[in-house]
Amino acid sequence: MAHAKNHDYHILPPSIWPFTSAVAAFIMLFGAVMWMANDMPWMFLIGLVASLYSAGAWWADTVKENKAGDHTAVVRIGLRYGVILFIMSEVMFFAAWFWAFFKTQMYPMFTYAGTSYVEPSIVPVDAFHLPLINTLILLCSGAAVTWAHHALVHENNRKDLVQGLTIGIILGVFFTILQVYEYYELIVHMGWSLSGDVFYNTFFMATGFHGFHVVIGTIFLTVCLIRATRGHFSPESHVGFEAAAWYWHFVDVVWLFLFAAVYIWGQA
Amino acid sequence: MADAAIHGHEHHDERGFFTRWFMSTNHKDIGIMYLFVSGIVGFISVAFTVYMRLELMHPGVQYMCLEGARFIADASAPCTPNGHLWNVMITYHGVLMMFFVVIPALFGGFGNYLMPLQIGAPDMSFPRMNNLSFWMYVAGVALGVASMLSPGGNGQLGSGVGWVLYPPLSTSEGGYSMDLAIFAVHVSGASSILGAINIITTFLNMRAPGMTLHKVPLFAWSVFVTAWLILLSLPVLAGAITMLLMDRNFGTSFFQPAGGGDPILYQHILWFFGHPEVYIIIIPGFGIISHIISTFSKKPIFGYLPMVYAMVAIGVLGFVVWAHHMYTVGMSLSQQSYFMLATMVIAVPTGVKIFSWIATMWGGSVEFKSPMLWAFGFLFLFTVGGVTGIVLSQAAVDRAYHDTYYVVAHFHYVMSLGAVFAIFAGIYFYLPKFSGRAAPEWAAKLHFWMMFIGANLTFFPQHFLGRQGMPRRYIEYPEAFAQWNYVSSIGAFIAFASFCFFIVVLAYTLLAGRRETRPNPWGEFADTLEWTLPSPPPEHTFEQLPKQEDWDKQHAH
Repeated sequence: MAHAKNHDYHILPPSIWPFTSAVAAFIMLFGAVMWMANDMPWMFLIGLVASLYSAGAWWADTVKENKAGDHTAVVRIGLRYGVILFIMSEVMFFAAWFWAFFKTQMYPMFTYAGTSYVEPSIVPVDAFHLPLINTLILLCSGAAVTWAHHALVHENNRKDLVQGLTIGIILGVFFTILQVYEYYELIVHMGWSLSGDVFYNTFFMATGFHGFHVVIGTIFLTVCLIRATRGHFSPESHVGFEAAAWYWHFVDVVWLFLFAAVYIWGQA
Repeated sequence: MADAAIHGHEHHDERGFFTRWFMSTNHKDIGIMYLFVSGIVGFISVAFTVYMRLELMHPGVQYMCLEGARFIADASAPCTPNGHLWNVMITYHGVLMMFFVVIPALFGGFGNYLMPLQIGAPDMSFPRMNNLSFWMYVAGVALGVASMLSPGGNGQLGSGVGWVLYPPLSTSEGGYSMDLAIFAVHVSGASSILGAINIITTFLNMRAPGMTLHKVPLFAWSVFVTAWLILLSLPVLAGAITMLLMDRNFGTSFFQPAGGGDPILYQHILWFFGHPEVYIIIIPGFGIISHIISTFSKKPIFGYLPMVYAMVAIGVLGFVVWAHHMYTVGMSLSQQSYFMLATMVIAVPTGVKIFSWIATMWGGSVEFKSPMLWAFGFLFLFTVGGVTGIVLSQAAVDRAYHDTYYVVAHFHYVMSLGAVFAIFAGIYFYLPKFSGRAAPEWAAKLHFWMMFIGANLTFFPQHFLGRQGMPRRYIEYPEAFAQWNYVSSIGAFIAFASFCFFIVVLAYTLLAGRRETRPNPWGEFADTLEWTLPSPPPEHTFEQLPKQEDWDKQHAH
């Protein structure tokens, strides 16, 4: 009776991964500074590998615990809260980039009294060509993931789940490829550059961070695809997949704002 | 006793040292580690200020010389003022205090330890992530210290740009010290965000059966509100300092007017984080103070619900007042008027809290044990800081006070004398719970009076200096400001002595202090769940969830 418990919460055994993750983060960031200051990338790369390894090992533990039945209904609710809150913090991170973008667009420096800054001439990109296609690709990808979600929740149909996820991931990869192609066109043929005018700074940082999130979301969905083929998900219990889907929709929505603000309004 | 039935099992803790402290998934151990590390960083950070006050004690520069920093003035040796060293001191004092001392102590330390106990949860919602928060915090401290010791501006070590890291100073500071400082803030921010996710989830998902939101103890509420502020404001700062990093290393011009950027943009984004930050610092203090005042007035807290919603209101309003930190940058009159009005509105919920604390004491049987002394000190001094805040909120008046010592006095009254007094109040209140030992009452009181006198002597004269027009952040000052600077320095030495005394008291208490193992040494108005547990609590608490009658005292008094 000494250790009897009457709750369904998940009390975890000690784990080394948080400690190694933090050490890896230190090495990686110190290494990033060494890279920027001394052109010496090794420390950064070691830290990067160490943090990826820690994260992978940590999440593998989580999957194991899930299989062992530790993720009871109440624990799953907690995990969902966690994911939503994380996404909220991500939204606020993008708020900073949108803030910079809107400020420089609405109150450009050349309108300030006494300024010597002149309005830059920017070769605009037509929002209704490649960016529109990319928008549709990303939205279709979101729809495919939602299809997969419905197949799982309402029909417990693993075949459709796997197919929906596969389509979603392929479209996600397409988006990334087209975005890289767009960057290539912009930089090589249209004279855009990250280090140029503040318009380019905000453009590349906002779309770049978005692209980075797309890559992460694609990896997240891929992990879910592997887990789906192995039968990890049931209609009741699939927090990992739900998290990936929410994350993916969040990436969608950020893109819609980027498309509307940065591509359509920003270059009109 | 009720608690014996619930948590009757004492058992031997068989975890090894490394397992217990480096691989921890235990909110109590992690809370203790947070408190210790923030105490150590706090000591470093306070030591800086003592050195600064030593320098400011007399006009002219006697200690921070280019020929080498001194601790003993030597009029016979030449001394060229080393402004960079001075700037480094003020910068790291601010950065460490803001990111690495007060948030980790109140939110990380007390929040982690007490919030799950107060809501009757067996641990945090994500115990492993909790440990990641702590170690990321340590990694942030390491980056911060590395930044201080690495090549910076003026061919010297460290960055001297002020804790706000304003461009163009921060974008033009040489060396890579500044980049390390930016990453230190990134890492500490990530740590705080993970902690916030954990606290919000735990609060929403793991309350004891029957504990509806309007029955949750005030401290748990306070860290919950704080967690929201952290969650929504720190990512914005992460964006801003990423822009700094880009400007410094990748040739962007977010804050360079020549490329169309605007340094004022940085100030806006920074303070959009920075103002919630000051509430992040003080709100957990509100929670601790509420429990202490209620306990030692032997009355339930006056106006529980208004107290809760005052914290919520302060949190919400904290997001819409940021530009009152930058009245002098050339904003339009209507902007200034808005920020002025919004700022003054915050006085209303803050007033609700202050008056509710007073009303709690009113008609109570007030007992001045050491935690209550500290809480009383908090109440008085925080009010002084709040009142000068109202003065500064007026854009017109701020024209004269901006960047003077009046501002320094104001924010040290709310933070140094507010948040820090709340931390010490919490330490003396919870030391028996955390350690099973109580600090000697005379020592706690002596510590209080030394700190109270020292801190007031330090900061009250700075109001006068500010009114006389002495600007902040300078290594030197004209003869006219000598008198009050001298007094202020004496005060700083007394306060520092009290801190050193505290370290001795703490060491003595933990090693050989009077044993105090009663679950509740403070009487029936310490009625939250942590006081039903043994002191110190066992490794695992509330494996059997508490029953409603263990904590719901609504009808008992």
